[in-house]
Amino acid sequence: MSLPATPAQTIGPFHGTALPFPGGGEAAPVGHPDTITVHGCVRDGDGAPVPEALLEFWQAAPDGSLVGAPGSLRRDGAVFTGFARVVTREDGHYALRTLPPGEAPYLAVCLLAPGLTRHLFTRVYLAFPEHDPLIDALPPARRATLLATPEAGGHRTYRFDIRLRGGAETVFLAFPGRGGRPGPP
Amino acid sequence: MATTEPLAQGTGRDVEDVTEDFAEDCAGIAAGEAAGSVPPYRGRPERHPRQRPVPLVLDPDAVELRAPVFGAADVSPLDADLTTGHHGEPLGERITVGGRVLDGRGRPVRGQLVELWQANAAGRYVHRMDRHAAPLDANFTGAGRCLTDDDGRYRFTTIRPGAYPDVTRHNAWRPSHLHFSLFGTAFTQRLVTQMYFPGDPLLPYDSIWTSVRDATARRRLVAAYDPGLNEPGLSLGYRWDVVLDGPAATWAEEGR
Repeated sequence: MSLPATPAQTIGPFHGTALPFPGGGEAAPVGHPDTITVHGCVRDGDGAPVPEALLEFWQAAPDGSLVGAPGSLRRDGAVFTGFARVVTREDGHYALRTLPPGEAPYLAVCLLAPGLTRHLFTRVYLAFPEHDPLIDALPPARRATLLATPEAGGHRTYRFDIRLRGGAETVFLAFPGRGGRPGPP
Repeated sequence: MATTEPLAQGTGRDVEDVTEDFAEDCAGIAAGEAAGSVPPYRGRPERHPRQRPVPLVLDPDAVELRAPVFGAADVSPLDADLTTGHHGEPLGERITVGGRVLDGRGRPVRGQLVELWQANAAGRYVHRMDRHAAPLDANFTGAGRCLTDDDGRYRFTTIRPGAYPDVTRHNAWRPSHLHFSLFGTAFTQRLVTQMYFPGDPLLPYDSIWTSVRDATARRRLVAAYDPGLNEPGLSLGYRWDVVLDGPAATWAEEGR
């Protein structure tokens, strides 16, 4: 049995009452000593900030497990669930507080924004592993777009900017579907 | 860790995607229905990547082959009824919208989060940026959530949203529609889309609807009236099934 997939549509401009939720970017348990901050800006091909973009993060727990846990939408402040959702401000800025992922050293990202007809996938690497087929296959300049950079002076703070288009365009990923459908956009 | 397909065609090639896609649009119009006469919504070019996405074949341990988990802690059964939780009843035609969430092999996608948001019966969103001169409804916020059951079923009670002007084009109106956000069993199955109502005369004139270039695929965004989903004396039922795409993860066939 093979069913054709339901097509995607733009998120539209008015998702703000439905999708963001309190504490969406606070994935780390409250006061956890290993908490890291990942923050940055989403910018378009002209360098203009993209407000109201929705960024979703999904990652392994520090012990490497990927089972996830309920409680992302109504956080209890204690359980690490692996999922976060943040919306960019007027200046395109977002911030996420989470725990460093174990094993696979990256956060999977899904980005949706008004004016973008389909969502985009990418990854935030906190450090490049010794051998990573994706990273190894990319030209160095493109590779750099997937690396979060530790900020001098910031405590466990990493900068990760997303550029939707242009010279420093972030590497976006496609996952072959059942029908060989190309990924976004 | 993930493995990549040969990247020769995946990286380094600078693609003028807008031009290319526009050519595809034109081909679709020539081939197609009256609906094709409306220029498809293109979004904002400066927000669309120029480079093709890098194709990734994921191995079974890849992060993207799992998905976030939501449960009773996150979603209460009351969240699926958008007509309650206020001081009074919302205005408009009450509807029930339900269906099944399936993967490409027809297997139910169980226990997964479905989110819905929409305009009120007059075609206005509860959002500070919505300047449409239609009334707000003090008894309607227009956002709900539910989890799919063991058969992959979801169900919402709400009101039929009104049409509203598409401010991006002269004299254009958006047909009634519900926004849906869905998670599957893999992060790559994430889907945000819109559901439309059968027989809506505005559909062929809507650029968002025609932004799905394939007419057959486009029709999958239209629900069917289903009396079996009616709540007798209270609501009209619409059935809309959703099929989530994603990598062919044969390893997951058992036990999920």
